[in-house]
Amino acid sequence: MTKSQLIDAIVQKKAGLPRKTVEQAVNAVFDEMVGAMKRGERIEIRGFGNFTVRKYKPYTGRNPKTGQSVSVEAKQMPFFKVGKDLRERINKS
Amino acid sequence: MTKADLVEAVYAQLEGASRVSKRESADLVELVFDTLKDNLAAGDKVKISGFGNFVVRQKKPRVGRNPQTGKEITISERKVLSFKASQVLKSSLNA
Repeated sequence: MTKSQLIDAIVQKKAGLPRKTVEQAVNAVFDEMVGAMKRGERIEIRGFGNFTVRKYKPYTGRNPKTGQSVSVEAKQMPFFKVGKDLRERINKS
Repeated sequence: MTKADLVEAVYAQLEGASRVSKRESADLVELVFDTLKDNLAAGDKVKISGFGNFVVRQKKPRVGRNPQTGKEITISERKVLSFKASQVLKSSLNA
């Protein structure tokens, strides 16, 4: 499923709202989540999961192909932890 | 940030012809996550451009160990959800 398929699915379920409106709403949801992560905020969606931003220290890594050392700078990465309900639903399917 | 903040954001951001009520905004946010969940529960992956991909992975059974007792146990076969952030999201966090 892509974002546009997600929008279509919502339009079908929520009869009465124009696609354009649903599209803007879906974009607002993801934009807000990106904004929160940029501010280093944690996002907690009950029944779905949590998004957190993990900070990584700089380290010396290696190019696995050539074995050459490369220094990796400190970075921040988004991390998703699936919620219990969803984890169980996925596992049952 | 919680779902309530997302409802607030949708309500505040949709303007003009796209204006929705608080109620509709709450329904829309709920529908986003419900649809994602139904889709993932069915084993289908979700790709959101500019955000990331959610993929259901099939894990094989493997032998693990209880770190407290050192006892070997078999970790059963299962399905897990993994999220891979998009390059766009990763670089915006490090800008």
